[in-house]
Amino acid sequence: MSSTENIEQSGAIVAQKPDTKAIWVTFWILLGVTALEFLIAFTSDSKPFRIITFVLLTFVKAYFIVANFMHLKHEVKTLIWSVVLPTTFIVWLVIALIYEGGSILGSH
Amino acid sequence: MASHSISTSNTNLWGGGVEPMKASYGKLMMWFFLMSDTFTFSALLITYGLIRYSHPAYGGSLDHAVFSQEYWPLPDMVFNGIPFLHGVHLPLVFVGIMTFILIMSSVTMVLAVEAGHRMDREDVQKWMLWTILGGIAFLSCQAWEWTHLIVGSEEGTMVDGKIFYGANLVRNEYGPPAFADLFFFITGFHGTHVLSGVLLNIIIFYNTTVGVYDRTGHYEMVEKVGLYWHFVDLVWVFVFTFFYLI
Repeated sequence: MSSTENIEQSGAIVAQKPDTKAIWVTFWILLGVTALEFLIAFTSDSKPFRIITFVLLTFVKAYFIVANFMHLKHEVKTLIWSVVLPTTFIVWLVIALIYEGGSILGSH
Repeated sequence: MASHSISTSNTNLWGGGVEPMKASYGKLMMWFFLMSDTFTFSALLITYGLIRYSHPAYGGSLDHAVFSQEYWPLPDMVFNGIPFLHGVHLPLVFVGIMTFILIMSSVTMVLAVEAGHRMDREDVQKWMLWTILGGIAFLSCQAWEWTHLIVGSEEGTMVDGKIFYGANLVRNEYGPPAFADLFFFITGFHGTHVLSGVLLNIIIFYNTTVGVYDRTGHYEMVEKVGLYWHFVDLVWVFVFTFFYLI
């Protein structure tokens, strides 16, 4: 949106230099987190530790994708909350139902 | 033009033309659609969790793990092949490559969006093409992964009194049939999303090439499809964790 306004104000399409630093920083963070997950997958045998770390790191990656790639960080607060709030309820539902999973299906 | 209506109607908030949440109609609708898609994928994830944790997990040592219908299989033992290296035990390596491809194609998509902000048609074309290639590469990897699972190992496992190789929706050499059902359904549903993403990207690439967005004066379509593409990447991040890592 802002770019179209800039062009209209200046009256002509001016060749701008690409500003991609933030994009590449996000890319390296995502790659680093994935590499860390691989490291843990190959070195750690503790099941609870693995599950908790992997889930937390997944949310770290999700944050960077949604905030930077999907640009949500730069939207207005109302939009951010209309996306984040329903999602938190969903996350709660997923955790609750998986935690209760054994009793619901009644095997152990 | 959209930006015109913003500047003229600032004086009267209720006069129409004001974009709610300072995002265009198309972008908001894309966000709402992605929210509804989140619900669908969460439902699949819940189903996966419920069924998985109603099966006993394998408790023995990793080195001597064998497949059995009794317990949920270890992902490391199921997804351990990569193309051209038959019979070599390489857990997680191939799916790591797939994850890298998808994250990379997400990066090229943001670069296309960024180029669109600068009204740089050549750059948008270049990055859209890379994104399409990334999507196709991912789908090809997934086709290989499915084949790997369907064809199965050389040893096979005793299922219903005879040796069975690979997996389908009814029988599965790696573990309970539900494991293969969920794998095919969830990665298939995600793969369908990637496929529609690739098709949308091709349409955007075509429109960019013939100059549609230069005529409309903005490259917002690239942003909207970009949102969808990143969402597909995001879903894969979760599929990767819950199917392959845990």
